Amino acid sequence: MAPSKLHIPRPPARPGEAPDFSYLQLIPAGKQGKPTLDIEAKDTFEMANGLVRVLDDRHRAVGPWFKALDAAKLREGLRLMQLTRLFDDRMQRMHRQGRISFYMKSTGEEAVSVAQGMALASDDMLFPSYRNQALHLVRGRNLVDLMNQCLSNVRDTSKGRQLPVLYHWLEGNIFTLSGNLATQFPQAVGWAMGEAIKGGQRLAVTWLGDGATAEADFHYALTFAAVYRAQVILNVVNNQWAISTFQTTAGGEQLSFAARAPGYGVAGIRVDGNDFLAVYAVTEWAAERARRGMGPTLIEHVTYRAGPHSTSDDPTRYRPKNDWEAWPLGDPIERLKQHLIASGEWSEEQDEAQRKELEAYVTKCWKEAVSYGSLDEGSGIDPATMFEDVYEEMTPLLQQQRSKWRAERS
Amino acid sequence: MPQMSMAQALNSAMDVMLERDPSVVLMGQDAGYFGGVFRVTEGLQKKYGADRVLDSPIAEGGILATAIGMGVNGLRPVAEIQFADYMFPAYDQIVSELARLRYRSGGEFFAPVTVRMPCGGGIRGGQTHSQSPEVLFTHVCGIKVVLPSNPYDAKGLLIGAIESNDPVIFLEPKRLYSGPFEGDPGKPASSWAAHPQGEVPEGYYTVPLGRADIVRPGSEVTIATYGTMVHVAKAAVEQAGVDAEIVDLRTLSPLDTDTLCSSVNKTGRCVIVHEATRFSGFGAELSATVQEECFWRLEAPIQRVTGWDTPYPLAFEWDYFPGPARIVAALRAVMAAS
Repeated sequence: MAPSKLHIPRPPARPGEAPDFSYLQLIPAGKQGKPTLDIEAKDTFEMANGLVRVLDDRHRAVGPWFKALDAAKLREGLRLMQLTRLFDDRMQRMHRQGRISFYMKSTGEEAVSVAQGMALASDDMLFPSYRNQALHLVRGRNLVDLMNQCLSNVRDTSKGRQLPVLYHWLEGNIFTLSGNLATQFPQAVGWAMGEAIKGGQRLAVTWLGDGATAEADFHYALTFAAVYRAQVILNVVNNQWAISTFQTTAGGEQLSFAARAPGYGVAGIRVDGNDFLAVYAVTEWAAERARRGMGPTLIEHVTYRAGPHSTSDDPTRYRPKNDWEAWPLGDPIERLKQHLIASGEWSEEQDEAQRKELEAYVTKCWKEAVSYGSLDEGSGIDPATMFEDVYEEMTPLLQQQRSKWRAERS
Repeated sequence: MPQMSMAQALNSAMDVMLERDPSVVLMGQDAGYFGGVFRVTEGLQKKYGADRVLDSPIAEGGILATAIGMGVNGLRPVAEIQFADYMFPAYDQIVSELARLRYRSGGEFFAPVTVRMPCGGGIRGGQTHSQSPEVLFTHVCGIKVVLPSNPYDAKGLLIGAIESNDPVIFLEPKRLYSGPFEGDPGKPASSWAAHPQGEVPEGYYTVPLGRADIVRPGSEVTIATYGTMVHVAKAAVEQAGVDAEIVDLRTLSPLDTDTLCSSVNKTGRCVIVHEATRFSGFGAELSATVQEECFWRLEAPIQRVTGWDTPYPLAFEWDYFPGPARIVAALRAVMAAS
């Protein structure tokens, strides 16, 4: 008998090696069947290991998941994805210039938040992760607000208490981001349980990354969602990398993340996360199921984190430099753009004009945001507010400490 | 006025709140159909339905997380953790989430969750059914920590906790569920039936959070304590023949510093008693506070009477437990020093 040997998963390619995505179980666009809404969780195993794709390599929309959407809606999706990318790029540059303290781009994953945000009802409650900034834009949030948060200035609604990108928006039904991973997953399930207790129709929708599925909170979420048949959509954004940890170290080597769901009694489905039409269709399907009381769905979005984890990360130290260029599912923005062009609904000229317009818009928003102050040049926030909102009413202890702090300053 | 045990008083508090406020929901392991392993939620599921008194999976982290989600959605969840010793998987959801939602969202989001947990020893529970983890919560800003010592307070404080828009950790000394306990395991168990603090109104009332109660006025020394040890301290005072003032803190956070320090400024001596381990225990905070506020009035060094710094040992729980003899010794020590 051979001696025991610990299995250590390894990514397919390290720096200096050629990108290798042969591990991805890809199937051609249009081949994944579409089940009826009332499919039972246990019967979704094949779909959870399959891949829903609508846009094919020639930019046509094909197969049972294709439902014609209004061209104006698709153009809006394209615009929001482009805006997200330009916003991200600008903020990344502003970090390099020392204007903001931290940032996290969503480059390469824009279709997840934009298509899903558009497919959901505007009052569905969203419990995002930190790479879902586009959800805010889909819901019409002023870009300046997001920039204010990143600048920790006087208009930052988190009052200078949170790292950049840890947004919240009560009015837009977007929950506050923690910074600890996966905690929002079972909270969303609880929100949905509460909605059912109240007899309401709204859904809870939540996101986490492939890496964070290893947290116990993922298990809690799936368990409670199954037990109480919560009206929730659980999204795993498998962008292949959790900082430097490849998704196989979170358990993605044997089975897809979506395939965990049927084991819990939750429907699972795997989708090409860079295919706007596929993400939209799958989300609409899962939302319809949940709204009709048919239970929760776990959606795995197969995508790729094109940028660094954050401004504190350098991915060239652990993965090939040209990985993103070799990613077989392409760029979600380019794919939707080409589809619109192929359908005669868009042109390179329009696209270039829109890009310029959005660039100018981002510049204008940035100028406005910095006019309200920044962390380094003076946030304008009264530091005395740090004692507020710990409790609904300030405790005597905190009042005392605020007085001591005031005395220190005078 | 009806006479209730502490378990019944807590049950009555939840009954009143389920009746008054449709947003109140209960959840916990065995808390629904069965009524809880300590019978505290008995009969409530039958009365209010299985979707308002939920049986939860054995997943403390999941219970807390889903309670938070419900709270954000406008409900007022009361989550039971079966034993305080089991709360550790839920600790991240309590510390990083529940306690900070309001702060991190600039006051926009909050979850008015009450977390009930039986705590304390003296029931042959060994090291995983006896702990008093109050200090692990008092050290966290953004949550309130309550620990009652009798049925009347328990009901009024629990109603106050459920109505609070701040999250509350509500620790229930399980040794007191059925009767007061004076620290002598050899004596027959007493009941709340004949106890004045077992007189509990049927309906709605609150005991305000953040206020201590002087349960025995005295002039020679202040005993600062809470939970089970309030009753043990009373017995010890009788044995020692000292005119001690006993301050039942009731809420540990926010702490009623005024009542505590006024008492010590009056008596000039202070003994702190708790069942939890000593090092970095809540007594350290109390001792520091009294030292800062009452130093010039103190006539003797502050004494702490606590459990030993060991896990709660099954076979030696009465050697671990800070019984009356240990308190008497501390009282004599502060009285001797002058």
